[in-house]
This record gives sequence, structure tokens and C-alpha cells, in this order.
Amino acid sequence: MRYAETGFNLEVDLTRGNIEKVATDPRDTELYLGGLGTNAKILWDRVGPEVTPFSPENLLIFSAGLLCGTPATGCNRTIVSTISPQTELMAFSMMGGFWAPELKYAGYDKVILQGKSEKLVYLWIHNDTVEIRDASHLAGKGAIETAEQIRQELKQPKAQVSAIGLAGENRVYYASVEQGRSSASRGGIGAVMGDKRVKAIAVRGTKDINLAKPEEFLGLCNDVLAYIKHREENPIKGVMPILAGLGSPQEMKVHDEKWHTENFMWGNSRTRRKDFWNEDIEKEWTDTLEGARTRLISCFNCPMKCGATISMPGLPTYMMKCFTKLTYTMAAYADLDFGLRIAQKATEYGLDGFSAPQVMAFALELLEDGILKQEDFPGLPEDNEERFYYLLDMIVKREGIGDVLAKGTYWAAREIGNGAEAYAHNTIKKHEQLPLKLSMLNPIYFLMYSVGEKINITQIEGQFPQAPFPKREHREKFCEDWIQVPHEKFKQYFIDWELRGENSIPYYPTVEMTCDIVEWQEMMHYIDDALGQCAGLSSFPLKPPYHIHNYPKFISAGAGIEMDEERLTRAAKRYRTLVRAVNIRRGMRRKDEKPPENHWKKRFPELEEKLLDGYYKLKGWNEDGIPTKETLENMDLGYVADEFIQRGILTDEAAADVQKETQTQ
Amino acid sequence: MASKEKEKKTVKTIKIDVDKCNGCRACEVICSSFHASPKYSSNNPARSRIRIIREPLRDIYVPVYAGEYTMAECAGRDKYTIDGKEYDECSFCRASCPSRDEFKEPDSGLPLKCDMCEGEDEPLCVKWCLVDALTIEEREEEVEDQEKMEDLEIGLESLADKYGMQTIMDTLARMSVDDKSK
Repeated sequence: MRYAETGFNLEVDLTRGNIEKVATDPRDTELYLGGLGTNAKILWDRVGPEVTPFSPENLLIFSAGLLCGTPATGCNRTIVSTISPQTELMAFSMMGGFWAPELKYAGYDKVILQGKSEKLVYLWIHNDTVEIRDASHLAGKGAIETAEQIRQELKQPKAQVSAIGLAGENRVYYASVEQGRSSASRGGIGAVMGDKRVKAIAVRGTKDINLAKPEEFLGLCNDVLAYIKHREENPIKGVMPILAGLGSPQEMKVHDEKWHTENFMWGNSRTRRKDFWNEDIEKEWTDTLEGARTRLISCFNCPMKCGATISMPGLPTYMMKCFTKLTYTMAAYADLDFGLRIAQKATEYGLDGFSAPQVMAFALELLEDGILKQEDFPGLPEDNEERFYYLLDMIVKREGIGDVLAKGTYWAAREIGNGAEAYAHNTIKKHEQLPLKLSMLNPIYFLMYSVGEKINITQIEGQFPQAPFPKREHREKFCEDWIQVPHEKFKQYFIDWELRGENSIPYYPTVEMTCDIVEWQEMMHYIDDALGQCAGLSSFPLKPPYHIHNYPKFISAGAGIEMDEERLTRAAKRYRTLVRAVNIRRGMRRKDEKPPENHWKKRFPELEEKLLDGYYKLKGWNEDGIPTKETLENMDLGYVADEFIQRGILTDEAAADVQKETQTQ
Repeated sequence: MASKEKEKKTVKTIKIDVDKCNGCRACEVICSSFHASPKYSSNNPARSRIRIIREPLRDIYVPVYAGEYTMAECAGRDKYTIDGKEYDECSFCRASCPSRDEFKEPDSGLPLKCDMCEGEDEPLCVKWCLVDALTIEEREEEVEDQEKMEDLEIGLESLADKYGMQTIMDTLARMSVDDKSK
């Protein structure tokens, strides 16, 4: 019997209309856990570097995490992996919600889509019955609308539906997959789904998920619940409110937006409005949110209420979470009322709330500076807010300039030319980033931005405070119950960290410390993404209930795999390296590992090189960021080393030496 | 004291605050886990004895507990409007009934019924509901001494259950006529 996982994947060939239920190899679970880990293995094995995002050979994998569907609180994420049209690298966007547990209850760990359907279809998975159904009547429909309609026509109110809107159908490079209150938005996976002509995947399951050591597992769950209660009653002092508690940043709950509106950039990530927030705005925005918000809501089996149902007068209800609350507002220099209204439309279209507003602001800046002309925007309204609605439609329908803008700022700028490249200034690895421009380089953030392969800082950062507390005694106090640290040294790193003077950024934390900190942060995210655990209860907040000390117990009691901290650390390193290997094979190198040029005003090129060197060395990668043969072999990834050598990505030094000797003889 | 004191009984009531429900279904998870055999060995919300009637877009969140099994559908399919939201009558019904899938074992179709997690300090759905949509209230109630039902009554009641009271009465009447005419 398999525990925690089902042991089966669904393989769907859309070209041939063939569906197979395939048993998976339990050894892969031991090596790569599940979720992101096993997704990376499948992409390595089956999607070569020659496969382009929109080719039938690209795979689109919807995976539940290893512990999804077990009683582990907050373990509900679907990890969607494919080759991204935007970055042309591996995309692994994730969504919470209810879909992944439902898939497990239906009897599957993953749905693997390959090929391309001729006409628009949707997939209906109901335990052992799986059908590819016609979706021509759903063409052009909104993502939420589609989910509702599918539930109705199947007469399955409990079915969970992941769907794309028109943006995905039209292969907008930053199209999302929407699922009720959650979405997998980054990397343009909605475009790949649309390219495969799959409108939605609906699933309903009524089977059991088994646990290896039931009593032990439930004991661990109860400990987590008790710790969540403790953390809710004891918010962290000395950090801003959204970082004091657990969960995703509680954007649906809080009204005080001084920090975001005055520290994040407006427009095309350009303007910082330092004195923006005042009482009048606070009152107006509070009224807007209070009037729109019907209820704070949660994902499957989680007490944190990170999302909300939003009903703007005159508009259909939708659900929202996190920072999308402000992205449209700030891109358009508008108010919250506008932001919540346009987000309703954008959610139905199925668009990434980070990239879409930035692309629109980018287009208007190009117009303002004469790089794009008035005639590129036929019928452009005078009103600023109306212009955003206009652009949204043009992009999603891919009409006129919208067809170019649909590719995101990086690709659009290259197509537009005439100096437009300088306006696509806020990307990493060709992907739009949070609108942040700061002063002094922060070594920890420099490394996270540079080497992170999730391409989104909120899914890389966490665990370690973003800045030192002003007083040493506060830092010491913070460390008193900091049980989550993998090693005591992290406490000292933090205690010695000062706001000013010798032990301050950019030279403190030192290169070595920075590498350690980043490795810890990254490891926790990678573990979450294999288990399906939401970062909001684990890798993102300070002092979370899940950490390196209890995770091994969850895995062994849940999945029945022998696990301890060392083994888990090794497993996480293994599939983290495999993600890198997929990207290295696709051409990613050191030159691509950098934050936006203007992210910080004060840069330190020498230090930055040292940070990259230090991190690569810690990882066992060569100076170009490529894992060495030795590293790969130590991690049971000899097959990656072999292919790297075969492809000339690595040279086989041993073999080369032998050859030299032979030549000499 | 001449009169005998009435018997006191502790009654446990689960209080359900639908306004506090966040729709996470943790209650379904822990319920099905607790009632697995061996305990906690598996979980499956389709086996849970509590269900969230959940329609996020209409802001409907109703936790309902499994109650009595009923053989027949009820006549009513009325609608309730509460705070401007329209609820199906079934949204509040505890019955395991032929008209819906709720509260039946998915494999056998056998009815499920909440037992308040016998043996635990409190029902686990309450313990796992950190948002306090489900809370437990204990109160003392005076109860009349109930006479034990006689065998005949139990038998008749089950017949009435099966055929309906009217049929039983009709049959009894016919039987007594038949008996007299003998």
C-alpha cells in the first residue's frame, strides 16, 4: 500500500485523446518526495531543451504535493509545472485552494497533459472515470464563470475546477490558471494550457488517503494547530503588521496600506510616493474594502483567512488574496475602488496580477515618451482608468498593439524596439517583478533575486527577518523561542546584525552567512513545494509551525518513508539541483542571474560577484552556475552529469585526462 | 423532601456560527480521520459526518451534522431566504436521505451519523475549528423519567416507520374487523 500519496498519475495525451492511469515508482518518492520534486524529474526525463513552450511535446503537469489530502493543516497546494513561454525555463507556479486534495481523493497524485487537442476541451476526473469533454460552449468564458458552469452541467456542486479565461485561450504569456480563491499565476502556465486547448480540469474524488503511522501523524498535526494558536495570540513584535502573523500577507484583512503605497513603486515601477497615505485615503479605502468584502476565506484544511470574497457593486463576485489588492491601483495611479473593479475583470480573463498591470503601465509610458504612437492605440480613451480597461481588452483579445503586449514587457520591448528595451526595466529572467526600487543593496535579497528559479521573491524569501531590529536586546529576545532555525549559528547571525555601522548591509551578513541564510530560506520553500504545504504556514512567515525539525516526522509518519533532517535536506537539495539542471540544459547561466539593474541605487559589483561565487561554491556548482559532475553524482543525479557531458555543458575531466595521456603515449 | 428530584443530564450542544465559517473543511478532514478504522489510518471527507454546504460565490457556508437516517425523501423542497441569501431547505437538514449523497458511506451507501466523537473530550471538529464557527456548549437539563418502551411498541414503531402510521392503523382496523367476523 502507498501512504499519503496514491501512487498513480493520470497521463493524458490530448493529440490522440488517450487517457492512462499509470502507477508510479515508489523509489522516485524517496528521492524526490512529490509535487515539485517529481515534476522536475518528469520534465528532465521527458522535455528536452529543444522543446518550445507551445509545442505539443511540452508537458503541463498539475501535481498535488506529497502530503496533500492528509490531515496536515494547510497542505493543499497544486504545483503546476511546464516550460514557461515568458522565461523559456521551467515554470513552477503553485496554487492553494481545494483542487489538489480533491485530486488525491479521486486517486491520483498528478495529471500530466501532453500533446494538443484539436478543439477546446475540458477534463472531467471523477474517481476512476476520466473523460475529455467538449468545451466549445465555454470558449471565451471567464475562468470563474467556467468553473460554475462546469459544476452545473455535471451536476457536481462539489467538483473542484481549475480553469483558464480568455487570456489563457489566447496564449497571453502571463495568463493564469484560476481556481476559485486561488490561482497559479506566474510563468504563463495558463498560456500553455490554452495552447493545449484545455479550458479546465474538473475533479471530484471520494476515496481514502492512507497514513503510515496514524497516531503519530495526528499528534504532529495537533502540535501544529496548537502552535498556530500560540502564534496567533503572540504576533511578532517589531515588524510591520503583515509580517507579524502567519499566513500570506493579510492584505484582505488590513486597511493600513501606508507601507505598501509609500514603499512600493507606482506606474511602470517608477514613482515612489512618500507622502501618499493620509487619513482621508485611509477612510476612503477602508470603506471600499469593507463594502466589497463579503467574507474572509481559507483554502482547504487551513484556519488562516488569507483570501476574501469580493463583490463590487454592479459586478459579479470574485475572490482575491494578497497583493493583487494593490497592483492595478498602483500601476494606474488610481484608488482602491478602481483596483478592485478591474481585478474582477482580470480574474475572469485569467491574468497574473503582478505582470498584467505592469505591462499596461509600460505601454502607456511608451506612448507618453513617443516610442509607441497614438495610432498604435486606435480608440484609446482620454480617461486614465478607462485606458487600463482598454488595454486589458486589447491584450487579452490580442488586438493591435495588445498582441505584442501579450508577450510581457521583455519580449514586447524587443519587438517594439526604438529604445523600448529600457522601459522593460523590472524583469528577472525575462519575468516582471514586484514594483520595488530601493536604496542600499541587501546581500540576502541580492542572492535570492539572482539565483531564485521561482522568479518571484515572495516564493523565495521568508524565515529570516527582512531587516535587523534596532536594539540588540530585541534581537536577543526574538531568538529566545526561535525553534525553527536549522542551526544555532543563525541566531548569532541575527543578533550581530545592526542597522548601521560595521555589521550592517551590504557587508553584513557576510558572504558566507548570506549564503547560509539563503540556502535555508530556499530549502524550506523547496520542501513546501514537494509536500504541497502552503508557504504561509511554513517558508514565508517568521516562526512558522512547520520547519526542518518536524517536517521529517510528518513525512515518515505520513508517507512511511524513512526520514530525518539529514535525509530531507539531501532530498530537497537533490530536486533543487534537478530544477537547476532543467534550466541549465535550456541555456540558463550565471549571466542570467541578476536582479533588475535599478533595483537598488547603491550597488557593489565586487561584492555581488563574491556572493554569487560563494553561493555556487556552497551548492557545488561551477563558476557558471552549473552543478559539477561530482556534485551531481553525490546526489544520485549521475544521469544528469552524463547528459551534461554528452551535450558539452560539462567536460568530463577524468575522461579528458585519460584522453590526454593516451595522446601522449 | 417528599417529591423525588428530577434526573439531571448533561447535554452537549454544538453551536454553529455560519458567519464565522471560513469554508476550509478541516472539520470534514478530522471527522473522517477519527472514524477511520483503525483510528486516523485514513481520511476522506466523503465519509465525514459533518459537511460544509459551501457556495463561496453566494457566500453560503453551512456546517451540517449527520443525523437520523430516513428511508424516504421528505415532501418539502422549500427555500429559505436569510440575510438576502437563498438557502435550499436541505442545507439545514441532518438526514441521510435518498435525495442526496450527503452522509452516506461512499462505497456501501450505508448511512452515517455524528456520534460527537465518543471517548474524546470534545468533538474533534470543534477542536480543529480554529475560527470558532463550531463551539461546544454544555448545559444541565432536567429530564423526565422516561418509561422504557415495551417490545410490542418498538415492533410497531418500526412497522410504522416502514409502512407509515396510516397503513398500520388501517391494517389493525381490518384485522380487528376480520377477527370479529370470525
